[in-house]
Amino acid sequence: MDDSPRTVPPAAADIGVDPLSQGDLEIETYRVVRSDGSFDAERVPDLDDEAFRDLYRWMLLQRIYDERATKLQRRGRLGTIASGHGQEASIIGSGYALSRDDWIFPYGREAGALLLHGLSMRDLLLYWRGVEDASRMEGANVFGMAISIGSHIPLATGKAWGLELDGEDAIAFANLGDGATSTGAFHEGLNFAGVLGVPAVFFCQNNQYAISLPFDEQTNAETVAQKALAYGVDGIRVDGNDVLAVYNAVSTARERALEGAPVLVEAVTYRRSAHTTSDDPTRYRSGDEVDEWEERDPLARYRAFLERTGRWDAIDEDTIREEVEAEFDEAVDAADAVEERGIDELFAYLHEEMPPELERQLEELRDLLEERPDMYEFIEQRPKG
Amino acid sequence: MNATIIDAINDALHAEMRNDDRTLVFGQDVAESGGVFRATDGLLAAFGSDRVLDTPLSEIAIVGSAVGLATHGFRPIAEIQFSGFLPPAFDQLVTNASRIRWRTRGELTAPMVVRTPYGAGVRALEHHSESLEGAYGHVPGLTVAIPSTPHDAKGMLISAIRDPDPVLFMEPKHVYRSLREDIPEGAYTEPLGEAAIRREGDDVTVVSWGAMMHKTLEAVDNLDGVDAEVIDLRTISPLDRETITESVRKTGRCVVVHEAAKTGGFAGELVATINDEVLLYLEAPIERVTGFDIPVPLLSMEDYYVPHPPRIEEAITKTVSY
Repeated sequence: MDDSPRTVPPAAADIGVDPLSQGDLEIETYRVVRSDGSFDAERVPDLDDEAFRDLYRWMLLQRIYDERATKLQRRGRLGTIASGHGQEASIIGSGYALSRDDWIFPYGREAGALLLHGLSMRDLLLYWRGVEDASRMEGANVFGMAISIGSHIPLATGKAWGLELDGEDAIAFANLGDGATSTGAFHEGLNFAGVLGVPAVFFCQNNQYAISLPFDEQTNAETVAQKALAYGVDGIRVDGNDVLAVYNAVSTARERALEGAPVLVEAVTYRRSAHTTSDDPTRYRSGDEVDEWEERDPLARYRAFLERTGRWDAIDEDTIREEVEAEFDEAVDAADAVEERGIDELFAYLHEEMPPELERQLEELRDLLEERPDMYEFIEQRPKG
Repeated sequence: MNATIIDAINDALHAEMRNDDRTLVFGQDVAESGGVFRATDGLLAAFGSDRVLDTPLSEIAIVGSAVGLATHGFRPIAEIQFSGFLPPAFDQLVTNASRIRWRTRGELTAPMVVRTPYGAGVRALEHHSESLEGAYGHVPGLTVAIPSTPHDAKGMLISAIRDPDPVLFMEPKHVYRSLREDIPEGAYTEPLGEAAIRREGDDVTVVSWGAMMHKTLEAVDNLDGVDAEVIDLRTISPLDRETITESVRKTGRCVVVHEAAKTGGFAGELVATINDEVLLYLEAPIERVTGFDIPVPLLSMEDYYVPHPPRIEEAITKTVSY
């Protein structure tokens, strides 16, 4: 006979079960400079005037680079690109806190951080022009762009593991967006990094959108930073539009990582541009919202700080602008000077030695091009205008 | 030494861990317990916890971190406990491991091995019996190797570990312990990308790999008056086209035997290869003996799915008498 109950009475309120809730957490958003330029003097990093100027220069470079690259894309001279417009403080504040020995795993918007790390602007442009050679990332400890969102996070864990085993004084630094925090790779990569205790920093630029999906629809968690606790790693939430705060947060995270404690840093910022040049953000967000974040502009805030501390006078914005524009022009010229590649390049590098079947396929393509030169009418190595 | 496949794999791991201190073994339950099939038994005691590690249940992290380590100059040997649990990490194989050399123009490489037991026949639970070698073999830049004997298991695994690029090493768990043979002591290699002729013959070419190799040999032994040539493919990708087409040129007939589902299975690629190169030598349509286009059934009906010798014998007889 089956006497098991068919209905379950509601649990009484007074039986002492008190679920752990995110409401129990108090998560500070770390800040150095407030939006009006006033600041917490004790938190200002111990940098020389040159470095303070440098930070502004690099943020301006990021902004100009994004503007120019977007124009270039519109003219059909770059493929699809992802801009960092609005995220300059997160990008530069983090990039400036890294050593050249560290390994950056980029996610696409952090041009300035990669250039700071030693990558040439020509190569950056070439990458967005669809030239694989740029992914050599010559002269810089930079991995290929993680176009498949989140897929690089466990790689950074593995890289950090390698750095630790070799006793190197360097970290793996993964850039990611808020969208990546919903992937399984994020969860597994962070959890495993925590288990291993490797020198990795996972830097999430929470720009509030995964293409069109706003942050509050991506997760019920109120912050990205709190996710760190679930993996037993440290979390930092920082104002991502405050370059000095980001610099301090990432410097701290880097130090802790080197001691064997990986850190998840959430920089709260906003993507003022489209997701990529193929996206139309007016379909999913209001102009008011964008205006609101424009008022929190990272360059304007940092400039206000520089003015208040008497450092602005030494900065000649027009000259910086001219220099950066010239640097960009040079990079475009250098990219233009790169010759179109031969078809061997398609088949090269997949294996250390090319297997016979690939040689056959290369030969087949070569023969076809010879027999049917009209094939070239279908081939355009440049982006479509 | 007289060894089963599992002994041979264990021996290969010991040999290469000794030979190369940049090798690491990690995966679920591989260290303390020595692996659910004991493939990694004794490694922790021999090489210590820096080089032999238990990981969480994280296939994405296991394969992804192996890529990160490999690009840093290590030679990770990761284990995925059953190939049925490899799909979450398929992304890491496709997105990162297989293409890192290509996308960085040789600047970064991923010399790494992912070992995983595959196939039906051990009365395991659901999701433990799949054979997706065809899907993995479809990924450019990924070597997919499947030994069928203890000798090959050791030699091919050592080759895989020394390979400059990623190798998915699929182990036929059904025959992990059912075969024994004498294998050489110490390290030796068997090439990847080369098939082996297990039996020479003139009437028909029968191609198989992994556990099905042994069902195929049994079927061929049962057939009187058929002089079959039996090829053990050994590597799905890169495919040894030459051995197969040479054999079919001689026999004019071919049967392919695999336990993976039929549609889109790797037998199709072999049929296409024969079609490309030796079509006019064929005297009969090529037969495929495969699993059905269904998931591998749970244990009570699993044996209906697996191609057993009578099915293989029927296909060979049909081809020879066409």
